[in-house]
Amino acid sequence: VPDNLGCLPLVLVGSGSRRTYGRVPGARHRTARRSACAGILIRKRRLTYRSGVGDVFKALADPTRRTILDELAERNGQTLFELCSRLATKHQLGSSRQAISQHLAVLEDAGLVETRKEGRYKFHDFRTEPLENIAERWLEPRRREDS
Amino acid sequence: MRITLTSVLVDDQAKALRFYTDVLGFAKKTDIPLGEHRWLTVVSPDSPDGPELVLEPDEHPAARPFKDALVRDGIPFTSFAVDDVHAEFARLTARGVRFTQEPTSMGPVTTAVLDDTCGNLIQIAHQESAS
Repeated sequence: VPDNLGCLPLVLVGSGSRRTYGRVPGARHRTARRSACAGILIRKRRLTYRSGVGDVFKALADPTRRTILDELAERNGQTLFELCSRLATKHQLGSSRQAISQHLAVLEDAGLVETRKEGRYKFHDFRTEPLENIAERWLEPRRREDS
Repeated sequence: MRITLTSVLVDDQAKALRFYTDVLGFAKKTDIPLGEHRWLTVVSPDSPDGPELVLEPDEHPAARPFKDALVRDGIPFTSFAVDDVHAEFARLTARGVRFTQEPTSMGPVTTAVLDDTCGNLIQIAHQESAS
């Protein structure tokens, strides 16, 4: 074990590689995708799926974003720094902070993550409602049939 | 070449001295008046001749936007070594210290992040024993 790990935060402060900036899968054309998928939703579902269920699937399609949700499921209310540290140290995901920030924007756009400002801090929370909507759409009718 | 000083940029030196000594437990080493501000350093009581932490005024116009941006993303300004992050978390929380990250195992280290009340987040860390 190297003995310089106390320097971890400073490494991350300086880890702003821009190479991946803007190349996060699903991070582009969010508005266009949202309006496209809103059109295919049946009418009574529109309110429930206001954030666009297609966005949820796109958001979940990326393994890094699923790992972000895994970590938020373990502890809600994390700063960007904590999430980046967890991804780097527990999952060897050395993505730049900008890339993680973009992944979070995709998750937030899909309603899976909510940011919460508390004074000068910003925390990220996992919202499970979009997943519950998916379960309600396909699992609830089957459960009703079964009962 | 040796590292003898490192700085933390604080919004109020008197408040910083209280926090870094009374709350965190460092000891004052140097306190020299320099006009409006002071040359003010603290050391770990475990190594009084070791590296000194300068409690440096953050008056430069670039300092506060920089500090605010780090705080917003939860990024600590620097990191201190402790024997047991969980014990320090309990001790400091009882003294009213605000943590933005509770003790978390990050592979070979356990870390937590606290607010120094002077505009910075500070990480505390210990390494998992090799045994």
